[in-house]
Amino acid sequence: MSIDDTPKMSWWNRLAHPGQFLAWTRPLIWPLAGVTTALYLLGLWFAFFNSPADYQMGDTVRIMYVHVPTAWLSQFVYAAMAVSALGTLVWRHPLADVSMKAAAPLGAAFTAMALFTGSMWGRPTWGTFWEWDGRMTSTLILLFIYLGIVALWRAFDDQLRAARVVAVFTLVGAVNVPIIKFSVDWWSTLHQPASVFRADGPTMPGSLLTPLFVMFFAFTLLFVTLQLLAMHTEIRRRRLVTLERRAARGDTL
Amino acid sequence: MSGFLGVLRRDLRLSFSGGGEVLTLVLFFIIVGAIVPFAIGPDRALLASIAPGIIWIAAFLAMLLGLDRLFRPDRDDGTLALYRMADMSMAGVVAAKVIAHWLTAALPLILASPFLAMILAMDGPTFWRTVLSLLLGTPALAAFGAFGAAITVAIRRGGLLAPILIAPLCVPVLIFGVGAIAPLGGPDQASSAMLFLAALSLMSLALSPFAAALAIDWGEE
Repeated sequence: MSIDDTPKMSWWNRLAHPGQFLAWTRPLIWPLAGVTTALYLLGLWFAFFNSPADYQMGDTVRIMYVHVPTAWLSQFVYAAMAVSALGTLVWRHPLADVSMKAAAPLGAAFTAMALFTGSMWGRPTWGTFWEWDGRMTSTLILLFIYLGIVALWRAFDDQLRAARVVAVFTLVGAVNVPIIKFSVDWWSTLHQPASVFRADGPTMPGSLLTPLFVMFFAFTLLFVTLQLLAMHTEIRRRRLVTLERRAARGDTL
Repeated sequence: MSGFLGVLRRDLRLSFSGGGEVLTLVLFFIIVGAIVPFAIGPDRALLASIAPGIIWIAAFLAMLLGLDRLFRPDRDDGTLALYRMADMSMAGVVAAKVIAHWLTAALPLILASPFLAMILAMDGPTFWRTVLSLLLGTPALAAFGAFGAAITVAIRRGGLLAPILIAPLCVPVLIFGVGAIAPLGGPDQASSAMLFLAALSLMSLALSPFAAALAIDWGEE
C-alpha cells in the first residue's frame, strides 16, 4: 500500500488560481449589486423622508448618513489592504496582490468623500470648511498615505515586484497610523480647546440610527462590490499583458 | 561587525570627499530658513515665535532632499547587488547607512542651526531646546527616510516618490519635535514631547532597517 502524496488543494489554494476565482465570484457580482442598490434606496428614503431634522442643525444632519459610513470605510479599507499585504508577504497569495491593488484607489475615494462631506457639514454647523481638529487631520494624513500607495503602484512596471514593495509599505503604514492618530490628538488638544467635538455627544435617537445603519451597510456592500469588480478588471488586465507578451514573442496562443 | 563598520566608513568617505554634497545640503537648509522672512515680513516678534517651526521644516526638507543619494548610487554601480550577496545581513547594511546618513545629512544641519537661530531672532533657551529636539528627532527622520529610499530604489524615477511616501509618516516627528520646543503647553508638555520624540527615534531606528532590508530584497529579486 502506497502513501498518497499527491498535493491536496484546499479552498484557499484553489482561490489562488485567478481563473477559479473569476468563476467563483462572477455569479456574486450581480446579486451584490442588487442588494446594494436596494439598501441605498431604502437608506436614502429613510434619510430624506423618514427621519427628523435635528433641532439644532436642521436638515444638514442628513449629511451624516453619507459622512459617517465613508469615514468608517476609510479605515476599514486600510485594514483590508493591510490583511491583503500580509497575504502577499506571508503566503505569496497571488490574489492578495490583486486585492491590495484594487483597494487602494477605493480607499482613497472613500477617504476623500469623508473629508468632502465633513467640510460640507462643517460649514453650516461650525462656520468653517476646515478646522485643525484631531480627527480631521489624521483623516487627511490617511488620504495622503492612500495617494502615496496609488502613486507607488503606478511607478512600477513589473506588478509582481510592485506588490511586494507596496505590501511592506502598507504594513509599515498600518503600524504608523495609530502613532499618527495619537500624535495628532496630542497636538490638537495642545493647540486649541476641545470645543468643536464632544466625545459625550447627544445620544442619538433611534429615528436617526435606523437610516444610519442602513446606509452603513449600503456603503460597505458598495465597497465589496466595487472591490470584486476591480479585482476582476485587474486579473483581466494582467492576463491581457501576458497574452500580448506571448503574441509579441510569436508563440502560438 | 567589521562589515558594518566598513559600510559606515565607505559611506562617510564618499559623502565627504565627493563634490561637497554635505555643504550643498547645509546651504539648502540655511536658504530655506532665510527665505521665510521674505515671505512673511521682517517682524521680529512673529519670526521669533515661529522660528522653531521654520528650523524644523528646513531640516525636514533638507533631509528629504538627501534621500535619493542613500541607495541609488549604490544600485547604479552594482554595490547594492554585492551587499545583497555578502555575508552580512541586509538589515545591518541599512543600519550602517542610516547612521552614515544621519552623520552627513542631519548633524551638519544641527551645527549650522545657530546661524538660522540668530537671523530668526530666537532667544537663548529656545535655541538650546531646538538643538536638543533636533538631536533627538532627526534620527527618526533618517530612519524613515532610509525606509522611503529603500522602497523606491527599484523604480527608475523614484526620486520624488520617496518624500511623498515618507512625509505623512513623519508627521508625529514634526509634531513632537516642535512640541518639545514651543512653550505652548507649559514645561510639562514640552518634556513629555521630548520623551515621545526620543521614543519615536529609538523605535524607528530599531525597526526601519529590517523593513528597508525587506523592501530592497523583494524589490530587487
